[in-house]
Amino acid sequence: MNPTPFFSNLKCRECGRLYPKQAIHVCDFDFGPLEAAYDYEAIGKVLSRKVIESRPHTMWRYRELLPIDGDPTVGAEVGFTPLIKADRLAKILGIRELWIKNDTVNYPTLSFKDRVVSVALSRARELGFEVVACASTGNLANSVAANAAAAGLKSYVLIPADLEQGKVLGSLVYGTQVIGIHGAYDQVNRLCSEIAGKYGWGFVNVNLRPYYAEGSKSMGFEICEQLGWRIPQHTVVPMASGSLLTKIHKAYKEFIQLGIVADTPFHMHGTQASGCAPISHAIKRGTDIVKPVSKPDTIVKSLAIGTPADGYYAIHSMKQSGGSAEDVTDEEVVEGIRMLAEYAGIFAETAGGVTVAGARKLIESGHIGAGDSAVLCITGHGLKTQEAIVGKCGAPRLIAPNLREFEEKIYAPDAAAASI
Amino acid sequence: MPSVRIPTPLRKLTGELEVVQAAGATIAEVLHSLDQAFPGLKERICDDAGQVRRFVNVFVNDEDIRFLEESATPVKDTDEISIVPAIAGG
Repeated sequence: MNPTPFFSNLKCRECGRLYPKQAIHVCDFDFGPLEAAYDYEAIGKVLSRKVIESRPHTMWRYRELLPIDGDPTVGAEVGFTPLIKADRLAKILGIRELWIKNDTVNYPTLSFKDRVVSVALSRARELGFEVVACASTGNLANSVAANAAAAGLKSYVLIPADLEQGKVLGSLVYGTQVIGIHGAYDQVNRLCSEIAGKYGWGFVNVNLRPYYAEGSKSMGFEICEQLGWRIPQHTVVPMASGSLLTKIHKAYKEFIQLGIVADTPFHMHGTQASGCAPISHAIKRGTDIVKPVSKPDTIVKSLAIGTPADGYYAIHSMKQSGGSAEDVTDEEVVEGIRMLAEYAGIFAETAGGVTVAGARKLIESGHIGAGDSAVLCITGHGLKTQEAIVGKCGAPRLIAPNLREFEEKIYAPDAAAASI
Repeated sequence: MPSVRIPTPLRKLTGELEVVQAAGATIAEVLHSLDQAFPGLKERICDDAGQVRRFVNVFVNDEDIRFLEESATPVKDTDEISIVPAIAGG
């Protein structure tokens, strides 16, 4: 495979020092994050709307802007999830126009994490790794397990021991090595940093993180294309590490730079659960110093990161774009899940509840104008976090299998209620 | 003396040693003696104002010093200090 001429180096986001495209993720000098650097001039000569539109409906239609050398060998079918115009939900939330970017149906593991894993594992293969791994709150573990299985890579997924059953089973089924850690996600993360340094495995979100994180840009590219090649006025994104928000922002800026979309005003908004909201709280305090949360306490386990790696950059994305942040209680999360289901027909996991409930607050407070248009990023499927809503959506009404019971217990009372 | 776990990006400065001993009763003192033994180490971990850099986490045993007393956090001879890059996960 010929190396792509478009992806040139890794580059420290803090000091700009250049590094070779290896499995490294922090700058030797100041520990700043390494990011993929591209030759945008070269990309501009080959990439256009027409070229993109001629390609298959996957995230790899933007491959010049994704950091691997050859063609993708893992997850070539990932992405290009539906962008849904949600008129009924818009009305309930009090906004003129609302779109849902629906990654609950991303392939193959029903969350946006398939995007980042596709890039990370394709790159892991290019770099010659045989064992891949991750620190995860669940969705990433599912995706690493599934994609590694399909690719024939050995995988280890390290998770907090108390995750939702759907997320644990959703990793185990692929035959991966699931390691439950007695501790919170941040402790899992620290352990993975130490293992990656010592044993040289390909940790997708540690030493392969510069490649991994870029995969999230594809969500931003798709939103622009599906809106008819424009950037939405408002984008609402759930925040754990803050990486997804930062990378969608980067995607918009890259499309502007390449002339693929017009440079129209846009605002990035982030949402978190109040029981673990270090980024949202920093924004509300008007600072870019993220105060870590030592003991996250929320039903939203997928966002329960107390020391968010990209918190600082997410804050700057929101500030730069004139956006804002909001956090919501566990009760509001459940309401958000139900609103999205009842008014848009989409069953999201707890992080989706955070996004919907957070958007509602941002609209109520005027941070998102009632006459504006917004895209909500819904990142994972509700079947994975059923514990959060068990007993909170009612229960089936039980009857005997005969018409008399149906008429007495269901039809008649419902007809009476409807006529009131 | 407390022992200090050195992360991969700093091992060029410690002659590839993963764990080193460094004297001191607080994190600040330990970082100072580390710099005496391995010149240049401190400026990698701390900024010009002497504060631990934004993208570095320092742990005493299992606790992040930001939840303790930052660089004034006391350390004992039996403690294990870890310096871990903050950029990971999510």
